[in-house]
Amino acid sequence: MKDFSNLLENLLCQPARNGKLALLVDYLNRTPDPDRGYSLAALCGDLVLDEVKPGLLRALIEERADPILFRLSYDFVGDLSETIALMWEPGEAAEPPGLAQIVESMRAMSKAEARRRLPGWLDTLDGTGRWALLKLVTGALRVGVSTGLAKQALSQWSGVAQTEIEEVWHGFAPPYLPLFAWLSGAAARPSACDALCFHSPMLAHPIDDADFERLEPGDFKAEWKWDGIRVQLKGRSGAGARLFSRSGDDISAAFPELVASSGEGLDLLPLPASGERAGVRGGGVSPDVVRKASGVHGHPLVFAGGLDGELVALEPGKTGLEAVASFSTLQQRLNRKTISAAMLARIPVAIIAYDLLFAADASGENWTDVRPLPFLERRRLLEQAVAKADDPRLLLSPLLSFEHWDALAAQRAVSAEHPSVEGVMLKRKASPYIAGRPKGEWFKWKRDAHLLDCVVMYAQRGHGKRASLYSDYTFGLWSGDALLPVGKAYFGFTDAELAQLDRFVRQNTVQKFGPVREVVHASDNGLVLEIAFEGVQVSPRHKSGYAMRFPRINRIRRDKRPAEADQLEALAKLAR
Amino acid sequence: MRPQDLAVLRPEGLFCPPGDFLIDPLRPAARAVITHGHSDHARPGHDEVICTEATAAIMQARLGERAAGRFSTLRYGEKVRIGEVDVTLVPAGHVLGSAQVLLEWRGLRIVFSGDYKRDADPTCAPFEPVRCHVFITEATFGLPVFRRPPPGDELEKLRLSMARAPERWHVVGAYALGKAQRLVAEIRAAGDDRAIAMHGAAIKICELYQNFGAKLGALEPASAESTKSSAPGLVICPPSALQDRWSQKFGDAVRGMASGWMQIKGRARQRNVELPLILSDHADWPALQQTILDTGAEEIWITHGQEDALMRWCDLRGLFARPLNLHGYEGEEAE
Repeated sequence: MKDFSNLLENLLCQPARNGKLALLVDYLNRTPDPDRGYSLAALCGDLVLDEVKPGLLRALIEERADPILFRLSYDFVGDLSETIALMWEPGEAAEPPGLAQIVESMRAMSKAEARRRLPGWLDTLDGTGRWALLKLVTGALRVGVSTGLAKQALSQWSGVAQTEIEEVWHGFAPPYLPLFAWLSGAAARPSACDALCFHSPMLAHPIDDADFERLEPGDFKAEWKWDGIRVQLKGRSGAGARLFSRSGDDISAAFPELVASSGEGLDLLPLPASGERAGVRGGGVSPDVVRKASGVHGHPLVFAGGLDGELVALEPGKTGLEAVASFSTLQQRLNRKTISAAMLARIPVAIIAYDLLFAADASGENWTDVRPLPFLERRRLLEQAVAKADDPRLLLSPLLSFEHWDALAAQRAVSAEHPSVEGVMLKRKASPYIAGRPKGEWFKWKRDAHLLDCVVMYAQRGHGKRASLYSDYTFGLWSGDALLPVGKAYFGFTDAELAQLDRFVRQNTVQKFGPVREVVHASDNGLVLEIAFEGVQVSPRHKSGYAMRFPRINRIRRDKRPAEADQLEALAKLAR
Repeated sequence: MRPQDLAVLRPEGLFCPPGDFLIDPLRPAARAVITHGHSDHARPGHDEVICTEATAAIMQARLGERAAGRFSTLRYGEKVRIGEVDVTLVPAGHVLGSAQVLLEWRGLRIVFSGDYKRDADPTCAPFEPVRCHVFITEATFGLPVFRRPPPGDELEKLRLSMARAPERWHVVGAYALGKAQRLVAEIRAAGDDRAIAMHGAAIKICELYQNFGAKLGALEPASAESTKSSAPGLVICPPSALQDRWSQKFGDAVRGMASGWMQIKGRARQRNVELPLILSDHADWPALQQTILDTGAEEIWITHGQEDALMRWCDLRGLFARPLNLHGYEGEEAE
């Protein structure tokens, strides 16, 4: 545990990507199985130990410390695990538990057992160890390591190309023993092609003006960039089907009308109760509901092979691409623990397919990995597969025809009118399907963000690195004489701008509500921020009735008085 | 006879009516007792300053002509009558020359601690607890989260990092008065006598410390020439210089910071510190508690810092405590 906690602490303090990489490689070099696998899983968020919730941690510390002293400490530190790790008075010296021991016990434990065991572990660990343990069991490491960085470290450590690692990565569960056996040269490359498992998707680069000069329009195909959630569907006759989110979470249970995940006897693989990281939960769907849902279409979607596409909501009673509804409609299907039959009927979903990873033969039992084929070839196979499924829930993403970039720009401009399209995608005709974000193959050309000038109304302290700064801002737009909040943003500014904003908040506070400060926001006194955002949702939770999607601070408009900020009407127009 | 007859808060600082003097006043005063040389406590422009010899020397070095009209220096433990009050300076263990102020008047004893710590420090006399009725304490680190590791652990972190990355300079931010010298002295005490490069802002104070007997070994000015001519080693500079252009001449250096705030990981990240060293010249939470108990005081006044939590702790112990809300003392925040 000591090595793991030191690694976490060093990663946290290491600002440079290369520095982090060196720390990881060094750790992999001197750490045996299964600790290295568990560490990697924890860093990538692939280790779900969800028995310990913040509430339980609070209860533990309040049994040992005065609640007021705890609250004052937490307010100061701004991070629950760290506060408790620092406040915890060490117990008698004893051998601290190892990483594997902790992970394996936690996986086997009930909530009540976890609660009983945790204090004993905390007693034997030092401060950094307590911090690391609490970060580990709550699953919120936040030390600046992405899955991409972890794979890069694996590649650097083993000398195996990252793309090769990407291909098999998702076939294994922590502590990834077959993966490490392969990478350390002890075993042959494991095969991940046959399982109903997730494969890292191919990602696109944002396009910039210089790219258009360099790229030849004739080398590319274009499609709409759909505004849903990216999914991967894998199905095999006799083995059922599974639906994955972009990050590899199994979200089958949340979409029972697409993938029969329980009660139908189709699925031979045990399903992990995951999906939480994608914000999608579907643990509580009863077989009855599934049967009813399947009843809508008569049967679950039958598809053999592996495809890449966008999950979207449809307007009930309509079919085809015309029926695709906005992201805010789809969002009502996400983040749910249970899905009612009424919800399934009210918000039907479909997959818009845009790429094929595995092609099935006529029996649907055997697959070919088609990822090395050029895009156009995969596209042809995809069209066949979609035609074969012949199901209104599986749509084909249409190709856009264009001869030069200006023609495509015109189509992209028109797309702004469509609520479920957020721009266009460019895919090189010859591109193989490469996991990760390879250079020069795929590009996304998003619609420009919307901009509105808003007035800061409230501010709240941030967490972690920003715990001592007012870094979360609620802002509003004018509705008559009143400002109504329309969103909250906590990024988009530089450190220097953050210091300015923090100073403004401290010097212009008119009232405090716990951690929240109300700042001056009169028509002639206050601060205007130019907010960039992707869209707008009707939101009954906001007094204004609207909420911005992905708002961020684009600029601080010191040159504008609050009276010159935008009207709520401007936002309402975008919501239509 | 009430405690507030002997010490009372005024806008310019804590005033002692029967002695007609202020302690660490925020504005120029006719007569001021100064606990130590940090600029928030030792301000310029007083007519008469009463302090230890080392504090007087530090004030003269930092403030020059403006330091004071005249100095009356006291040895630790030497009792002097000012007006009706007996005043004694007692070691506070904070920085060289730092003192607590013991006020005795008609049988009533009040101790003003100034800033203090309980850890051993090779550059100054160790804190001595004094029994008193009212103890006036700081609370810079007055939260239960501040339980510091032994200073030796932190020095070991620095040593290890330098051994692991000998090709990189280690630039460590440390307050120019006190922390910088303590850091050097601790490194010397651990047997490391390699030359240490010192930022210009701290060099004069280092010489002053050496004149008072501190063993700081070989120090060099951290100039552009020294970075080119010698192999990478340790550089000590004020925290503000860490993010300055100044520190860029050391290239891809390991940036460290020696401060009590480094205990909070968010603070370390905020300052882009790769090597946080938890080292402070202020009492941590257990030391604040221990000290309050050691003084046997019935009443605790809290000058500055995280007073809410220390108030709460006193409350839970059945001790009467009140905050003085002395704004103007920065504690370690300014570092």
